[in-house]
Amino acid sequence: MAIKDLPKDEYLLKGNAACPGCPASQALRVVLKALGQNTTMVVPACCTAVIQGIYPKSAFNVPLMNIAFEAAAACASGIKAGYKAQGNDDTNVLVWAGDGGSYDIGFQALSGAAERGTDMIFICYNNQMYSNTGVQRSGATPYGASTTTTWTGKLEHNKDLSEIMIAHHIPYVASACVSYPEDLYAKVQKAKSIRGFKFIEILAPCPPGWRFPMESMVEQGRLAVESGMWALYEVENDKMTFTGPSKGILEGLRQRKPVVEYMKAQGRFSHLFKPGNEGKMKIIEQHLDVVWDRYRKQSSCLK
Amino acid sequence: MISKVEKRDRSMDKRTTISRPTEGAAGKTGSWRDQKPVLDQKKCKKCLRCWIFCPEGAIVRKEGDAVEIDYEYCKGCGVCMKECPFKAIIMVREGEVYENQEECAKEEP
Ligand SMILES: Cc1ncc(C[n+]2csc(CCOP(=O)(O)OP(=O)(O)O)c2C)c(N)n1
Ligand code: SF4
Ligand code: SF4
Ligand code: SF4
Repeated sequence: MAIKDLPKDEYLLKGNAACPGCPASQALRVVLKALGQNTTMVVPACCTAVIQGIYPKSAFNVPLMNIAFEAAAACASGIKAGYKAQGNDDTNVLVWAGDGGSYDIGFQALSGAAERGTDMIFICYNNQMYSNTGVQRSGATPYGASTTTTWTGKLEHNKDLSEIMIAHHIPYVASACVSYPEDLYAKVQKAKSIRGFKFIEILAPCPPGWRFPMESMVEQGRLAVESGMWALYEVENDKMTFTGPSKGILEGLRQRKPVVEYMKAQGRFSHLFKPGNEGKMKIIEQHLDVVWDRYRKQSSCLK
Repeated sequence: MISKVEKRDRSMDKRTTISRPTEGAAGKTGSWRDQKPVLDQKKCKKCLRCWIFCPEGAIVRKEGDAVEIDYEYCKGCGVCMKECPFKAIIMVREGEVYENQEECAKEEP
């Protein structure tokens, strides 16, 4: 799959309210190219609920339903049931939620829909914090990152939602990143071809939230993957496959870039470079070893 | 594409708040820009990286995969400049005169 093979169609229209350099809007363009016109979106409270525009205008060229923060997957379950009652089993029902709406506040509805096996795709664009309300910590915020509710750096490691979704025994779970659009496109296409509950998580480096220059948005995602701070993989019917640079890292064919290369451009980690915080850096590096160790064990079991 | 949606049944419009797909739902976002990407068509190898990475979709992919910047909506983030492997895009301060300005303008259809 080359960039040239991606369709020209755009379903997120130009002139929307996203910040310049917004990773969510770039990912949405790619995701909707893969899903096409016959798609209905459900969006809980998050930046995308702003990006979509204010009545009577919508920045999306597919039907989209706004719903309360907690309820996205429940709402999508209802939409799917409604379509089915009308004899329509083809329309892609897509939940598009931030990490707040999936890791934390939306988790109960997400877990419920996954357990019921409702035929839908749930995508979490993970910018590792509550951006829309001014950068508060979320369950996806990594250790050490500064947010407006963790000024001196978060003291807990992020949880790993994709791992939790693998434990739901759903037919498809994937982890992607905005910086690898062909990989993301292929994963969404695969999810579209599978019946049942599909979960995809996309790392979305947010310039104002992570505090880096907006032109580096794609570069930050690339550094996250190359340093192993994010991994690209998919789990299809309990078969785990790593993709892109993550495959090489897993197989020991390439070294992870030093995490400082990933962290140094981001204001949210700048305090870690001050004297006295060496211990915190060590904690991040040690945790990364634990994560990759587990990936290795997992991928050798899930063959 | 927009026309397809426009043809839908509008009989419910008076009773519900349904928004309609609109280019420029947040206005002409080109006015947000303080830096402007300028594309040198001679250096462009039509790899389409700028097209796929532009968050706004403001890089227009034309016949034969030539690209063009839509200044009406481009927000000036600079992602296209950073991701172009051939350095065919530079950022200039909005309103400033830049080198090759005339040549670039000539290339732009
Ligand atoms: C029940 C409830 N609590 C709080 C809010 C306020 N709120 C709106 S968006 C948002 C943050 C969303 O964060 P996330 O889901 O990570 O998406 P992002 O803004 O990062 O895109 C919050 C807290 C709300 N709308 N509803
Ligand atoms: S805060 Fe971040 S995720 Fe939200 S619109 Fe701005 S760039 Fe996008
Ligand atoms: S990234 Fe550069 S070379 Fe590639 S299409 Fe865009 S301008 Fe041309
Ligand atoms: S500066 Fe940003 S918005 Fe403008 S064309 Fe380049 S990538 Fe798109």
